[in-house]
Amino acid sequence: MSGATGPGLVTGRLVRLAGGRVSVRVGPRSVAVGAVAAAVVLVGAVVSMTTGEFPLTLAEVGETLVGQGSRATEFVVLTLRLPRLLLAIGVGAALAVSGAVLQSLSRNVLGSPDVIGFTTGASTGALVAIIVLGAGTLGTSVGALVGGLVTALFVVALAAGRGTQGLRMVLIGIGIGAALLAVNSWLITTAQLQTAVDAQAWLLGDLGNRGWPQVVALGVVLVLLLPVLFGWARRLALLELGDRPAGALGVDVGRTRTVLLLGAVGLAAASVAAAGPIPFLALAAPQIARSLTRAATPVLLPSALVGAALLVVSDLAVTRLFAPVPLPVGIATGLVGGLYLVALLVRLWRGSPT
Amino acid sequence: MTRLHAQDVTLGYEGRTVARDLAVAIPDDSFTVIVGPNACGKSTLLAALARVLAPTAGTVVLDGASIASYRSKEVARRLGLLPQTATAPGGITVGDLVARGRYPHQQLLKQWSDADEAAVAEAMTLTNVADLAPRLVDELSGGQRQRVWLAMALAQETPILLLDEPTTYLDIAHQVDVLELCARLHGDLGRTLVAVLHDLNQAARYATHLIALGPGGVVAAEGPPAEVLTEELVTDVYGLACRVVPDPETGTPMVVPRRPLRSREASADGVVRADG
Amino acid sequence: MVVDAPSSGQAPPGQRTGPPGVAGSATRAVGLLALVGIALLVLLVSIGIGSRDIGLAQSWSLLWGDPGGMAGDTSGTEAAIVRDLRVPRGLLALAVGAALGVSGAVMQGLSRNPLADPGLLGVNAGASALVVVAIGVFGVGTITGYVWFGLVGAALAMFVVHLLGATGRSSGTPERLVLAGSAVTAVLIALVNAALVLTPSTFDAFRFWNLGSLSGRRLDVLLTVAPFLAVGIVGALAMARALDTLALGDRAGQALGLDVERTRVLAGAVVTVLAGAATAAVGPIAFLGLAVPHVVRGIVGPTHRWLLPYTAVLGAIVLLVADVVGRVVAPPGEIQVGVTTAVLGVPVFVALCRRRRLVGV
Repeated sequence: MSGATGPGLVTGRLVRLAGGRVSVRVGPRSVAVGAVAAAVVLVGAVVSMTTGEFPLTLAEVGETLVGQGSRATEFVVLTLRLPRLLLAIGVGAALAVSGAVLQSLSRNVLGSPDVIGFTTGASTGALVAIIVLGAGTLGTSVGALVGGLVTALFVVALAAGRGTQGLRMVLIGIGIGAALLAVNSWLITTAQLQTAVDAQAWLLGDLGNRGWPQVVALGVVLVLLLPVLFGWARRLALLELGDRPAGALGVDVGRTRTVLLLGAVGLAAASVAAAGPIPFLALAAPQIARSLTRAATPVLLPSALVGAALLVVSDLAVTRLFAPVPLPVGIATGLVGGLYLVALLVRLWRGSPT
Repeated sequence: MTRLHAQDVTLGYEGRTVARDLAVAIPDDSFTVIVGPNACGKSTLLAALARVLAPTAGTVVLDGASIASYRSKEVARRLGLLPQTATAPGGITVGDLVARGRYPHQQLLKQWSDADEAAVAEAMTLTNVADLAPRLVDELSGGQRQRVWLAMALAQETPILLLDEPTTYLDIAHQVDVLELCARLHGDLGRTLVAVLHDLNQAARYATHLIALGPGGVVAAEGPPAEVLTEELVTDVYGLACRVVPDPETGTPMVVPRRPLRSREASADGVVRADG
Repeated sequence: MVVDAPSSGQAPPGQRTGPPGVAGSATRAVGLLALVGIALLVLLVSIGIGSRDIGLAQSWSLLWGDPGGMAGDTSGTEAAIVRDLRVPRGLLALAVGAALGVSGAVMQGLSRNPLADPGLLGVNAGASALVVVAIGVFGVGTITGYVWFGLVGAALAMFVVHLLGATGRSSGTPERLVLAGSAVTAVLIALVNAALVLTPSTFDAFRFWNLGSLSGRRLDVLLTVAPFLAVGIVGALAMARALDTLALGDRAGQALGLDVERTRVLAGAVVTVLAGAATAAVGPIAFLGLAVPHVVRGIVGPTHRWLLPYTAVLGAIVLLVADVVGRVVAPPGEIQVGVTTAVLGVPVFVALCRRRRLVGV
């Protein structure tokens, strides 16, 4: 690094490498928020690996990870705890980035995948798999993936062609989502009680009873889509100025929108397939990240880290505080997210006149 | 010679046609001003020239090739646009917003060069918003905000600059400031400027080339303001009776609207009628 | 004193030109009467249709309590079916449909947000929460029993939302109410889900309430909620002019002499009463309150004086038709009205979103 200078006109610090051939602007607050969130994830990881019904020391966990543990520790660490932890991190990051991109594209806080019907559609797919086809965990994931993608394509196709305005997409998404929600409730009433209870549990969003197949599938999707979305984030920031100003600055508006939309939908569908429709995370994590970093642009990486941190902590809370009752993590994110929003609103409105 | 012209373009939104078979050429090194009554398609034409609106028929040609055939960033390095409706994201600072104008010159791993810094600083100095750099755009007055957007377009450093009503929201002193700045960009810095203006007298004073669009998006007249701006044209295009006299300051044509006969008598009596 | 010219306020789009086909007040009034006629016709049809079909003429005479028109010795049973089951059910559908439509229209006018739906203010979540309490804690098992709990729950949730929205210096702006509503909803839904996941028996009863349905609602349900619905609808109609003025924006409204704060509070109360009572009676029915006002705006424009009555009648028709369809499509069972409203309403709504330039409120 050849030095970091703070330009006087623009905010953020400038990092220049390789004699100025590489120069990147970073916001100090974004770095701080990202670092804190990453630290929270790390601490959460340590706690979740070492505590629980079978307390382990950090050394035991380490030995098991490099293949030197006993059969018991291998089962606890590699089969129970590690996949669950990785899934929490992956799902949190995927939902947060998906929400950040969609909120920015639709220029509407309500434009998150859970509001505009994508996650409801994924749930419909999963319910059909559980109730109608009697599928297991993997079949449910496939059903969710198909349901989510089909719904998204449907919404986008219906909203497109008439000037892809954000508001129109949000409206149509809410409409489709409302219909699917009713269909979901109806599917649940048609099932036997035990199947209905299983389906309801899936609908709440849970990280339990999942394993390596889900982790690997989600991991592949993340590796494919996250770099694309991060790479296109600057164009996303320009789109927030409006379609015409962005076009005048050299952004190919139509293509940018399509790429970002497909990426965001893919992330949302994959995370619902892996863990069920975990509420509030896609809506709240980007908002939290944006208000903490005080950035005027969508901050995808900090959002991803905040999302991961939120889900890791929430999952710890439901599994450790309420053990042995198996509460799904979706209840915690809904409760914590809702209370956080209440607190945020009260603080915000105490301070400002609007 | 012209780097930018529209060949028989038909323009519209969602099935509603605003202008049909419009042919317009922007002379190189000119300060072209487009005037015309409300809803005659001035902004639409400007958007098509800047490639942010695709014509339903015809082509816009930039440097000898169809503008649609260029990469978006390449177009944005050759021409800039100050649009009428732009929304600043909440919580953005003035400096950061102006810096967005540098996007076409940047790459993923080269986000801020010395040239970027210099261009932003110059644009902000020219538009007189340098002191505002750390302020939030949300906090500015309408006039300040308009100058910030203008600075963003300037920071793009394009040889051709399209401005859609750059004087909106400005008081008369700032209007003159902006137009003088445009004249300097054109005269001293050699940029080609295209602006949509409402004030005919300002258009006549600053333009080197005037394009008057009539209702229904047809070119009613074009050429040097002194030749184009006549009483007949104003009556034709706006339906307004007027006199055209020389501007006492510059000698350019100055449009003085006539009053309808009835009102004139009323003022002569020293009575203002309430019913108009 | 600043007097804005009307054109400089936020003129509601569509009002200037007016939708084609609807010329003046006379045409609109005739249209409204025609709609009322259709509503009555649908009511008669709904009384006739079911596992036992009854003719239109017989329905008409039975509606007025005259069993003489009935032939055959089954008349006693049929009269009982009609009087005890189908008539209350049909009337309840009309009343609830009207209430949901009007509450949606008022909510959208109040918040100037075309996405606004009474559900956003926490009504459904509040009603759900107390119904769960009713089932789980008090062992309530009847629909009539749920009604009071639903009503109180909806009112409590709305009260908290308004309280939260009014925190701070300037109170109760629409955006705040919607945000506060979504926050309160999230908390309540999480609590409801936790309760359901822990007690499967409660869940078993709740899953049927949670899908809006008219089946099994008798006269007592109708009588319980009718006063609330009547007060709410009359209140909404009385506020039509105030809502029109509010649609021009807070400042323009004030300049025209409107007490903006008071209008907001009253309109919020109207939405609470209507949506709360409707949800208490039949369970959550999404979408009707959101979609019907949009459709009506496409027909009569955004003026509340016409928007509200049209919405009331059309909402009533939509809910009743949806109920009839649900009873007919899958004999011998029936599909709950919450499902049919959504499935029938969505294509209309999507088509509207696509066809029209989006009309703001």
